[in-house]
Amino acid sequence: MVGITSYGAYVPMLRLSREAIAKGARGEKAICNFDEDSITMAAAAANDCLNGIDRGMVDGLYFATTTSPYKEKLGATIVAMAADLRQDIITADFANSLRAGTSALISALDAIKAGSAKKVMVAAADCRLGTPGSTFEQNFGDGAGALLIGDKDVAVTVEGSYSVYSEILDIWRADGDTFVRSWEDRFASTHGYLETVGKAVSGLMQKYKLSPSDFAKVVLYSPDARRYVELARRLGFDDKTQVQEPLFAVMGNTGAAFPLMLLIAALEEAKAGDRILLASYGNGSDAFVLQVTEQIEKIKDRRGMKKHLASKKAIADYKKYLIWRGLLPQEEREPGPIRFLSAPAAWREREANFRLRGVKCQVCGTIQFPPQRVCTKCHTKDQFEPYRLSDKKAKIVSFAMDYVTPAPDLPTATTTIDFDGGGRMQCYMTDGEPEQVKCGLPVEMSFRKIIDKDGARIYFWKSIPVRT
Amino acid sequence: MKGIKDRVAIVGMGCTNFGELWDKDYKDLMVDACYEAFEDAGVEPKDIQAAWYGSRESGFTGSHLANALKLEYIPITRVENFCAGGTDTFRNACYSVAAGIFDIALACGVEKTKDHMGGFTMDITEPFDRSMVEWELPPVSQFAQLANGYFNKYGLSYEQGKKILAKIAVKNHHNGTLSPKAHFRREITLEQAINAPMISYPLGLFDACGMSDGGAAAIITTPEIAKSMRKDYILVKALALDNGGGQGKLQSDYDFSYIPETVEAGKLAYKEAGIKNPRQEVDLAIVHDCFTITELIICEDLGFSPRGKAPEDVEAGTFELTGDLPVNTDGGLKCFGHPLSASGLRMIYEVYKQLQGKAEARQLKKADIGLVHNVGGVCGYFNCAVAILGKP
Repeated sequence: MVGITSYGAYVPMLRLSREAIAKGARGEKAICNFDEDSITMAAAAANDCLNGIDRGMVDGLYFATTTSPYKEKLGATIVAMAADLRQDIITADFANSLRAGTSALISALDAIKAGSAKKVMVAAADCRLGTPGSTFEQNFGDGAGALLIGDKDVAVTVEGSYSVYSEILDIWRADGDTFVRSWEDRFASTHGYLETVGKAVSGLMQKYKLSPSDFAKVVLYSPDARRYVELARRLGFDDKTQVQEPLFAVMGNTGAAFPLMLLIAALEEAKAGDRILLASYGNGSDAFVLQVTEQIEKIKDRRGMKKHLASKKAIADYKKYLIWRGLLPQEEREPGPIRFLSAPAAWREREANFRLRGVKCQVCGTIQFPPQRVCTKCHTKDQFEPYRLSDKKAKIVSFAMDYVTPAPDLPTATTTIDFDGGGRMQCYMTDGEPEQVKCGLPVEMSFRKIIDKDGARIYFWKSIPVRT
Repeated sequence: MKGIKDRVAIVGMGCTNFGELWDKDYKDLMVDACYEAFEDAGVEPKDIQAAWYGSRESGFTGSHLANALKLEYIPITRVENFCAGGTDTFRNACYSVAAGIFDIALACGVEKTKDHMGGFTMDITEPFDRSMVEWELPPVSQFAQLANGYFNKYGLSYEQGKKILAKIAVKNHHNGTLSPKAHFRREITLEQAINAPMISYPLGLFDACGMSDGGAAAIITTPEIAKSMRKDYILVKALALDNGGGQGKLQSDYDFSYIPETVEAGKLAYKEAGIKNPRQEVDLAIVHDCFTITELIICEDLGFSPRGKAPEDVEAGTFELTGDLPVNTDGGLKCFGHPLSASGLRMIYEVYKQLQGKAEARQLKKADIGLVHNVGGVCGYFNCAVAILGKP
């Protein structure tokens, strides 16, 4: 039976209080740090999903988002590299639709069923922008979810699916637009969300001869904190007991990743035998019947939704958030050292920079990063094996915190870290508080954006305080 | 290995004022530094048979020096070795004379930093990482790692550590007031140093040296020729240079409480000069105090203080003008200023003047053996130059 064999999620460390956006607005939304985007979040969710799993067995990576930094250039390849997946796999971006996450899921299920792949990873992420102060800005949150689809050791089988499409201008963002646009809410919800998801869910239940009471949990995409209740009631579900709460108070609507992230939240509470209904929305709806198996217990150690939501840091400064998103003109400051971008150099160092692979000397065993030609310890030439560092924890050996050099967020912490099991690296630290940075602090690695120049992005790994 | 001891002599030196010299081009600095050296040595530009020119970002070939001084078709090599560039320039000129290839050679180091905002034009990490993913911050964040590493290793609280570093800044500011050519010439208090704005934790404004414009030059010849030129020529006792291979960045046994490159260069230099006990035998040391923590650590790396004990010597005033082993008598990089590749030659200039008894208000009573030290690069990946000079 085909289905979900593992899941993982990523919610950024930072939360912005809605009160900071509009007086009286309630709750908080998860926001990307200045060095995060949909690609880095998808990579983090993929790595969470791959915890303890043989990466060599993954045959595909589908990246789903409406906010890829590139209009022309694949994002999936960057996510696949950061997840240290094989090179001979299928990669594709599913874009331009809030439904991209479940579109990718359907394609992954079909690839497995057709036998063209054994395991396919779906990694969905979004960081959408609403006009400053708008309801959209208040409702949108940033995050990512990843599902590993396969036909062995399946934790959640996909019993069936049903899709409808619907041509409507309710929510859109044109090429060149920064902010999401919409028609008035009454029209959008009546003939968009409520009507369309309603059709998909009823069609699904009809197709598989199921009724609302057959489901332990119903996971519905919701445009805001309330609309899903109306939909659930119309469809005959008990919104108090049966429906997955959509996390608006603590995270917000994460776009293409939202249905998958809500599903993961539901799976964290699920037990073997539970039947779950999942439905997405975006110019149509994909609805699924899912069945939880005994295998679910084996993947519950993921950081997933619950632990990521519990690990957080508030940023009080709305202005800072706007600057990070490029929405507020800034005073011109003394330029830092000139950063240039070299595509050949970035390509040459891809194994180190994207996969965070160092090398291990086959003669003396010394682990070294970045990869060397001659061993720093025993001086043997060209006898190394690759060694993955992205999944290792580390400790700070020494550090600095720069309060002066222009940067999106001061102070800029830099760290020299020693990995558990060997290997040393120098890298920026992110997401931390100045007070907590000290020699000996345990850290882990996070894939981040380093340079954004001429529309091209350079990514690399930074240390972050271990998220617990 | 014959070594360099007593095989070459300095017969003339020049040094420009250091500072924000908005009205001087790097060629003006070459002319000012070299003509002072020519006059001091009693030579003409036409007497120079070969030259070495040190610069990190102020002229990429020796031809700039030839053009400024109108040297007529002589060999000039440009030297770049980060902050050790000045001393390395001197070293190369000395070796050519010791080899018997030339009788009179010129070493000149110049840096015009203030034409660029912030003082650095080039990517700092670029030489190490072309793919530009390594962190890229000014040197202070490299050296702040040494401070955090040192404080951590010896259990110093931020307050304890800052106070020691502040004492070094106060000392070098005092010495700067006695150096007419220094960039910064005013006293500061301990409180000012401790409470100055944070630059890179734990280093504040007064822990950092000045970025300055400046140039310095030396005329090098054989001891035999030197004798015929002047009585108070100065002999070279040792020249050491070592380049780290990034061991500290790659290997986990480096703890950022010392600079192994300085330790190794010091050993080489002491061996060449025949120095057994540097604390006793060295009369003054002009060392690379790009940041106060660097001076503290260098004093241990060069054997002036036992490991972990330099703070006690700082407290005791050992490195002050009146102490047992005065360090940075001219104000150091801290106050004399730091025009990268000129600094090594400026340091040699100070030792030269002290050994000749011409250091005016900061003249030491006993100055027979002087040491010069530069360190450049990034944490865990330094290069280091040490020169030892003595009286005939």
